[in-house]
Amino acid sequence: MNRIIVCMKPVPDPQHWNKVSMDHETQTLKREGIPTIINPLDKHALEAALSIRDAHGGEVLLLSMAPPFVTPTLREGLAMGADRAILLSDPVFAGSDTLATAHILAAGCRWIGEFDLVLCGNMTIDGSTAQVGSQLAELLDLPSVMHVIDLHRKEDHLLRITQKIEHGYVRLEAELPLVISVRKELNKPRYTPFTGILAAESKEINMLSNEELHIDTGLIGLEGSPTKMAGLELRRFKREKERVEGSPEEIVQVLVDKIHRYGII
Amino acid sequence: MNKNDHDGIWVFAEQRNAELHEVTLELLGKARGLAGQNQGKVTAIILGQGIKPLAQTLLNYGADSVLVADNPVLDPYRLIPYSLVFEKLIKEYHPEILLMGATFMGVELAPRVAARVRTGLSAHCVDLKLDKDGKLLQVVPGWGGGVIATIACPDHRPQMATVMPGTMKPLSPEERKGEIKEIEINLPDKDLGPKVLEIKREKAEGLPLEKAEVVVAGGWGVGSREDWKQVEELAGVLGGAVGTTRPPVDEGWAEEGQMIGQSGKTVRPKLYMGIGISGVMHHVVGMDQSEHIITINSDANAEIFETSDVIVVEDFRKILPKLIQKIRERVER
Repeated sequence: MNRIIVCMKPVPDPQHWNKVSMDHETQTLKREGIPTIINPLDKHALEAALSIRDAHGGEVLLLSMAPPFVTPTLREGLAMGADRAILLSDPVFAGSDTLATAHILAAGCRWIGEFDLVLCGNMTIDGSTAQVGSQLAELLDLPSVMHVIDLHRKEDHLLRITQKIEHGYVRLEAELPLVISVRKELNKPRYTPFTGILAAESKEINMLSNEELHIDTGLIGLEGSPTKMAGLELRRFKREKERVEGSPEEIVQVLVDKIHRYGII
Repeated sequence: MNKNDHDGIWVFAEQRNAELHEVTLELLGKARGLAGQNQGKVTAIILGQGIKPLAQTLLNYGADSVLVADNPVLDPYRLIPYSLVFEKLIKEYHPEILLMGATFMGVELAPRVAARVRTGLSAHCVDLKLDKDGKLLQVVPGWGGGVIATIACPDHRPQMATVMPGTMKPLSPEERKGEIKEIEINLPDKDLGPKVLEIKREKAEGLPLEKAEVVVAGGWGVGSREDWKQVEELAGVLGGAVGTTRPPVDEGWAEEGQMIGQSGKTVRPKLYMGIGISGVMHHVVGMDQSEHIITINSDANAEIFETSDVIVVEDFRKILPKLIQKIRERVER
């Protein structure tokens, strides 16, 4: 394989999600002060790409659509071992839904030119739609497989893939090129070596705007997205929050009475 | 696709081995409710081979009509043939709404279909409503469930959504009449994507989590495989099912199929008991609709207490053995 593209999304670190607040006027989320990390499943996608490259040669490219401030997060992917990164960044991309995002990533793939495989995480932790991989494949007119838990090369242009389904799995044989979305069972992402961090400093991050990509603006950004936000609220829970105290025996008695009152026993 | 001249609510009737996925019946129940509001018709779409007998079941659970594509090329499920059939049907019949389950199959298929016909899609919906103009409002959790967004697709058709299994109620089946229409399929015999070599499935064991009246769930705080048995025992005496958060699955104490939350199942039991669960949003979004919630955690600041009716701040090892014994005595009395 000569070239593998890994789609990577910088996401807000979930350790800090309790700091998310809402701007009621604009109906948007305020995420100031929340650090950015590589979407965890994308690290598994990158690991898969790196191990294929290490065994068979070729190059691994990171592809990301995000604002320019995520560059340090892309550097982390380069430190893990990717060869170079392409950051698709333009104010006209802001507010893109999954289909619009897929249009932008597809344009990025076409800009790259030839490639053999696109790897994505099955979903991101912030939006969690799990839609972009399949949509990107459709727009590139390539086959795609989601929920991938095992992957190996059979011949030069053939992959053996195991896809998880309810209570089991499906084994598939696929021809390259294609788009694959992976689950965490696939592998264990490698630790970043110190030499990798040093090497990443000199690796190339190519920033592209829509001037280079020429995507019809009717297809991207807030305006071009078929889905629209009709409302947004932070989730609030209303529960009784009655604290039961006392000796273990006393607590158990209260619990048994409650469970009885609920009609369970 | 533009929105003029579209009507009807479509439900993708997902099946493997001629067995319908539960979520199909739940979607039909919801579609029926929505159709009651907008005077629309509910159509179930079923693809596969030897699946015609399922059409009557779909009518009985709320479909007004069923489109059946019965063809060897559609068995087993493959993404590209299914996408091509949906594209053809959408272009021919112009549905207003298309719903699929947020299952392994639906999550892969729905985005591909939406991209193919260039329409919007929302993911993992937990509720669906119609606004006063009849537009579909799609309620989805984001950020691990900490944020609830309402999504609309004002100008493109069909309005598409995938729906979390377990969040909607099927109707009680009754003998109903309706049109069952077979569709001709002419797919090319190449460029249909990956070849299926093997499908392996195990029968699901025990009570399905989504159907249990009682769910006892354990988290990282349970601490060991040994103590996990107490969680299972408590579920056992209560006649319930065992649920879990992510860490016990990673530790091998519990199975992935038992996981509750954004990347697992949604449960709405009469009683949910959480043992040693910290209460991250990813889990809470899958259980916060439970009727009663009792949680035990030795950490007085555990977030799960925010979503609890009854709170016990104590080491569960001091409580569970006695609780199990008391309940057992009571049940056997």
